[in-house]
Amino acid sequence: MSGHEIPMPIKVPYVTRGTRFLMIIAGLGILVYLYRMIVGLTVTNLDNQYPWGIWISIDVATGVALAAGGFTTAALAHIFHREKYHGIVRPALLTAMLGYTFVVIGLLADLGRYYNIWHPMLPSMWQGNSVLFEVGMCVMVYLGVLYIEFVPIATERFRGKVNLPGPLAILNRFVEGLLSIAEKTLDRFIFVFIIAGVVLSCLHQSSLGTLMVIAPTKMHPLWYTTISPLMFLLSAIAVGYPMVIFESLLASRSFKLKPEIDVLSSLAKYIPFFLGIYLGVKIIDLTIREAWPLLIDGSTESFMFMLELSLGAILPMILLSIEKVRNSAAGLFVSASLVIFGVILNRIDMFLVAYNPLYAEKAYFPSIFEITLTIGLVALLVLIYRAVVMIFPVIPHPSDVKQSLSGKPHENLVRAGRRE
Amino acid sequence: MRIKRRDFFAIASGCSASLLAPDLQARPSKEKIDFDSALGVLVDTAICIGCRKCEWGCNQANGLPEKDIKVYDDKSVFDRHRRPTDTEFTTVNKVDNEANPDKPFYLKVQCMHCNYPACVSACIVGAFEKTREGPVVYDAWKCMGCRYCMVACPFQIPAYEYSHAFDPQVRKCSFCMSRIRDGKKPGCVEACPNEALTFGKRADLIELAYERIAQHPERYVNHIYGLDEAGGTSWMYISGVDFAKTELPSLGSRPIPEITESIQHGIFKSFVPPLTLYGLLGLAMYITRENRDRKGEQDERT
Repeated sequence: MSGHEIPMPIKVPYVTRGTRFLMIIAGLGILVYLYRMIVGLTVTNLDNQYPWGIWISIDVATGVALAAGGFTTAALAHIFHREKYHGIVRPALLTAMLGYTFVVIGLLADLGRYYNIWHPMLPSMWQGNSVLFEVGMCVMVYLGVLYIEFVPIATERFRGKVNLPGPLAILNRFVEGLLSIAEKTLDRFIFVFIIAGVVLSCLHQSSLGTLMVIAPTKMHPLWYTTISPLMFLLSAIAVGYPMVIFESLLASRSFKLKPEIDVLSSLAKYIPFFLGIYLGVKIIDLTIREAWPLLIDGSTESFMFMLELSLGAILPMILLSIEKVRNSAAGLFVSASLVIFGVILNRIDMFLVAYNPLYAEKAYFPSIFEITLTIGLVALLVLIYRAVVMIFPVIPHPSDVKQSLSGKPHENLVRAGRRE
Repeated sequence: MRIKRRDFFAIASGCSASLLAPDLQARPSKEKIDFDSALGVLVDTAICIGCRKCEWGCNQANGLPEKDIKVYDDKSVFDRHRRPTDTEFTTVNKVDNEANPDKPFYLKVQCMHCNYPACVSACIVGAFEKTREGPVVYDAWKCMGCRYCMVACPFQIPAYEYSHAFDPQVRKCSFCMSRIRDGKKPGCVEACPNEALTFGKRADLIELAYERIAQHPERYVNHIYGLDEAGGTSWMYISGVDFAKTELPSLGSRPIPEITESIQHGIFKSFVPPLTLYGLLGLAMYITRENRDRKGEQDERT
């Protein structure tokens, strides 16, 4: 454990003015979701020229990128054993777990035949040439890995305390046994899943970038490059820690905890380094493909490309190289937000702005339903996140002596008592 | 900082090694199809008079909504370029003839049935198949409706039943696969009164195309569209107007899915790159754990 701060369920009232507002947004999103399931994809502004809209570019592609905090922090703390960062692993894991869950939920809305989503699992339908097949399989397995990685958090919370309500109480001992087995086996083998999670992430984060490589005649040359998978991987790695910082600062504010500036600011030291590599590869790529002139042709695409790189990558890289910025909550928050903005913009650019169908008669702009559903799902995710951190020990916070005494030792007493 | 950097390079090199080692031999289909003996259609736009009977024949053969033959006499549709939709698998569009404005060309548009179809390569569940006979066919039962085929198609052909709430399908010309298997011609070819559409083996069609161009060099440009485009297509065109001036896209001779397939097969070549990355990360985990233990001991001693 990292000194005085240990992860514990947060004790705050669930319903506040903020959550009430989110509930309304999420409620609207759920209504639109149900509406879409009844009337079909006519609720979208998609057509034969633009088969993919914001449900793919934002809910799926951006969702996966922004969940990169999960594998990047797992790599840092568990694989490279930077013990200092243990405290941020659980929040990042939870974000990734919920993020990927919502990627699947968002994808289900977009699939015309969502009830066939399990088809890629059937060996008779495996299609090794398909980039999407690889993305689908990796995301599916990784989602499973994320839930497995979460199991120890659940066992820590409930082992020795299983107390099911009413008639379910007869199952108490059984569930307790399950938890105990899960705890013991996972403790020994969790490293297998942690490494697998990082490998799976590298695979599908990059392959998401391969998706559009199949449409060379439709993609704008500023974004169309055969090393697009490498770009996607590098930008996903670069946005991992900014997401952790962004959420951590938001959570501290929402739960009235003292932000862990020292941990976050040393985490932020990595960001300019990752952004630098991403920018370097981008510059080399643009130079080799001789695409620089396109950057100054005054088109919407060139503007978006510059916006994405200048505000989303160059500016935060400079900001986070300054120690004073890294050491202030506001500086960290602004810089992290910029990186996140840059990656969101990049994914939207890649799947919508750069995609120029051959015979489009009108440009695509999302319908009110598409927008409501996308925003609604984000609100729902935040609400579930809040509920989970209030139930499970996810966010570390300073424990007063009383709590820590009534925590671990008491638990052990209960366990010992049960065994007798 | 030294270790951090080393750690990072372990990830970066592992990941990028898997990306930078593409298997350059793309394998677009499981079994080799003999494209010469596969079936195709030669569209001769110099003969086509724009009567749109092929559209009618298509709708008849595929049970599509608009079946009244009189509707197809309407020439006002030529005011704009129509694309195939979920209820019209083929459309005839007018192409301006700069040399002789009174005699425009007409261009029939439908699925090209590529030799190396991007839709087949893209499809996550293998719902599309390039058949030995030549047609590229779709199996709705497998489809999950992701519409990646529509993103991938270089001719922008697959259309979606957006208006269907349940069981929407990707719709496109199937080359009348079931009619062909029964020994019949495709609906459009049968309906063409002018023999602008010739149905047959691809190799024979190429020969015929060359013959026509040689016999009437004044009537045709010396280009068989679909011979090499995107690695070749089952449907091919000859024309009196430069194809760059038509709505047919200018494509190179390389199969569209070639690059993505080399990347994919590079990453997954016998699963070596992912397993190597796994091994490297495992090693890093092991080494840094030793570091931590040693450091812990030191901390205890001091």
